[in-house]
Amino acid sequence: MPFLSKQPDFDFIGNRWYAVAVSLVIVVAGMAMAVARGGLPLGIDFSGGTLMVLEFEQPITEDSVRDALTAVDEKVVQQYGDSGAGILIRLPQAGPEEGTSLEQGAEQVIATLEASGLDGFEVVSRELVGPVIGEELQQRGVSAFVFAMAGILIYVGLRFRFSFGVGAIVAVAHDILVTLALLTIFGYELSLNVVAAMLTITGYSVNDSIVVFDRVRENLRSMRRDEFERLVNTSINQTLARTIITSGTTSFAVLALFVFGGEVLRGFSFTMLVGVITGTYSTIFIATSTAIAITQGRARWRSQAASEHVSASGRSQRSAGPSRSPRAPRSPRSKGRKARAS
Amino acid sequence: MTKNLQWKLLAIIAVAGLAALSVYPPEERIRLGLDLEGGVHMVLRVQTDDALQLETETAAEQLGEQLSLQGIEVTSIVAVDPTTIRIEGVPDERDAEFRQMAEDQLSLSYDRESGAGGSYTYRMRLPVESSLRDESVRQALQTIERRVNELGVAEPIVAPYSVGGDQILVQLPGVSDVARAKEIIRSTALLELKLVEDGPAMSEELLLQTRNGVLPPDMEIVTGTSELLSGGVPETVYYMVRRVAAVTGRDLRNARPTLDEFNQPAVSFSLNREGARKFGEITSQNIGRSLAVLLDGRVETAPTIEGRITDEGQISGTFTQQEAADLGLVLRSGALPASLTYLEERTIGPQLGADSIRAGFIASVSGMIVVAIFMLVYYRLSGVNAVVAIAMNLLILMGFMAYLGAVLTLPGIAGLILTIGIGVDSNVLIFERIKEELRAQKAVKAAVNAGFDRVFLTILDTHIASLISAAFLFQFGSGPIRGFATTLAIGLISNVFTALFVSRTLFEATLSRRRAATLSI
Repeated sequence: MPFLSKQPDFDFIGNRWYAVAVSLVIVVAGMAMAVARGGLPLGIDFSGGTLMVLEFEQPITEDSVRDALTAVDEKVVQQYGDSGAGILIRLPQAGPEEGTSLEQGAEQVIATLEASGLDGFEVVSRELVGPVIGEELQQRGVSAFVFAMAGILIYVGLRFRFSFGVGAIVAVAHDILVTLALLTIFGYELSLNVVAAMLTITGYSVNDSIVVFDRVRENLRSMRRDEFERLVNTSINQTLARTIITSGTTSFAVLALFVFGGEVLRGFSFTMLVGVITGTYSTIFIATSTAIAITQGRARWRSQAASEHVSASGRSQRSAGPSRSPRAPRSPRSKGRKARAS
Repeated sequence: MTKNLQWKLLAIIAVAGLAALSVYPPEERIRLGLDLEGGVHMVLRVQTDDALQLETETAAEQLGEQLSLQGIEVTSIVAVDPTTIRIEGVPDERDAEFRQMAEDQLSLSYDRESGAGGSYTYRMRLPVESSLRDESVRQALQTIERRVNELGVAEPIVAPYSVGGDQILVQLPGVSDVARAKEIIRSTALLELKLVEDGPAMSEELLLQTRNGVLPPDMEIVTGTSELLSGGVPETVYYMVRRVAAVTGRDLRNARPTLDEFNQPAVSFSLNREGARKFGEITSQNIGRSLAVLLDGRVETAPTIEGRITDEGQISGTFTQQEAADLGLVLRSGALPASLTYLEERTIGPQLGADSIRAGFIASVSGMIVVAIFMLVYYRLSGVNAVVAIAMNLLILMGFMAYLGAVLTLPGIAGLILTIGIGVDSNVLIFERIKEELRAQKAVKAAVNAGFDRVFLTILDTHIASLISAAFLFQFGSGPIRGFATTLAIGLISNVFTALFVSRTLFEATLSRRRAATLSI
């Protein structure tokens, strides 16, 4: 199959600002929507509350259930699953955790439905989460994310360069923001499963960034004299076939999960789908741009510092190498040697 | 074929065989999580304050008894909160004596916080407090475990939960009658037998009338339901009983469901030796009076004492057969040291779980088919290697999960699909590299070797980074998410083996047969 059989040569780095603009638009739109709705759409796992799925004997519309439940405050009623007879009911609070009152809301719903004559149903699942658990889960979610990021920053920083580590983390942060924005825009709730999917995305996104960084590292050894920006761009192009095939097939597999995975996994698979796409995109544009920006910033800072030192001492002139173009970074190996020497 | 290659192929077949053996038959070998099997997941909090309150009240009571034995009259001795005893109105002239006695009684567990003008405050020492809290959580854990085991649930989980220390996780796979399970777990089952001084009466006021409206300090008023022999409407009735119980659940030896003289379900119990001695003494001294049987502070029945009873008794009330059986169960398993509150409860019906398994299966299979078709079309014969490697990865993954007894959850199925993705990634990385080497005019064998060698570190790096996030996912997660992290981590590790070793060996086997000038890739 003659697909990408020759090495492509797209100017990714040159067009990176367009990509950043697209991401910004999505994130800002998501944020605007979140603000308009009074915060991120937290599911009961995090906010606490009651979630019930009822399966009726006959197909039923959400409106008729909603009408039957007028006496119940602040409920959300949705059609659930593909059978037409499934109804999801959500209540914001699960009661004040005293005694058995956690189930107060759920029991009120059942009693009201039975009283209204809409009775041929079965409760297929019932989840009650008290506010204490919700808060704990929020904290644990955030700390899991922070620790995972720190771990990856350290690992990538050690195996590659510090700037690559930062690049990978910035890309992940970008993916999380974009995913959150899209979840908000498409009306998915943040549940435990969705957070698990987001943590998986962080792994996937870093995985993707590492493949490109790995190629950059390799090229730094052979193409030392090339300008860093061009070198990175070449590396992206060299790994492009792999990037497209991998994210293509993975998103197909995740799409299968989205289509066939049923209602329970819908939020999860949506998050994965978005994550696989932004994870790929952020590697190409965000992770590399960040690494370039840091490398250039450092080179500029160094060459400035070096030129100040030139007049003072001949030794610093040798080690800082002011004759080089400020844009050309040293290969990791020569950098390491220099760091040891100084 | 070289000797070395034969050994490698043999090793691969052996691993595949072991994995298949470990996973077969899958319905028995793969443990399903609650979200797939259906069942109840609960997080409970042990109200450890209850245990402290009991301890402090007992200490206050004992001190009171000692003081009145010595004739030291104080205005009041009260447990004002779970850890504090307050004593007021100690007569000036006996202050020194009081101090001495209070020190003797309390100083092991309590510190004197203040003491002036005949008023004293004692507070429980922190180490005592925390060890009591730990102890009550441990006791609750054991009690719940015993009860759940008697319930006959297969593979229940009863475990400490969260860092806070006072939470307990209970998972009951396959249970759908949540209400009953909760009732059994939660029932504190505090059994007390107390002598009735007055009652039953229709209101508290009626009971107090004969005593000028003041409740004597050694009495308390408890409620019960009027017995329903006449078939009337049940009404709340009040009893005045002695505060100190004659016999409690601690003196119990056994309890079992039975029938009473009206052929109604009841629970009979037998007492241990110490309990029987106390019970015999009390019943022989109080023939003709009533004895209230209290369960969790409520009167279940208040029969008249006909004669001396030593070690057998019966609780009759308005039980159904099921209730009598459950009450027997909770009495046998012992009282909970403290009450429980529910923080979280999830019930998943078995139907929903079965639907999820089916959906997950369809998703995985169709994902795998799409991947296989693509790999075969795009990489032609080499694609076969990739498909074999990925399929073997899934097999090893399932084998390991069966071997470790790891739980497969719904997000775990998603982890399986992600594992397919990871397998594709590694193979694509390798193949693209081989293609690149071929474009650089390398000979086939050299290109294959270079491809694998160059990609080795990349794959290691990507997998370690993913393992780092899987580890934190495991740390963070509860139930289903842990299942996902487990699946992902095992999949990552086995993928290193299949992508780097299995796939490479397959290449070597293909290339060893002929002097290859071209490679189908």
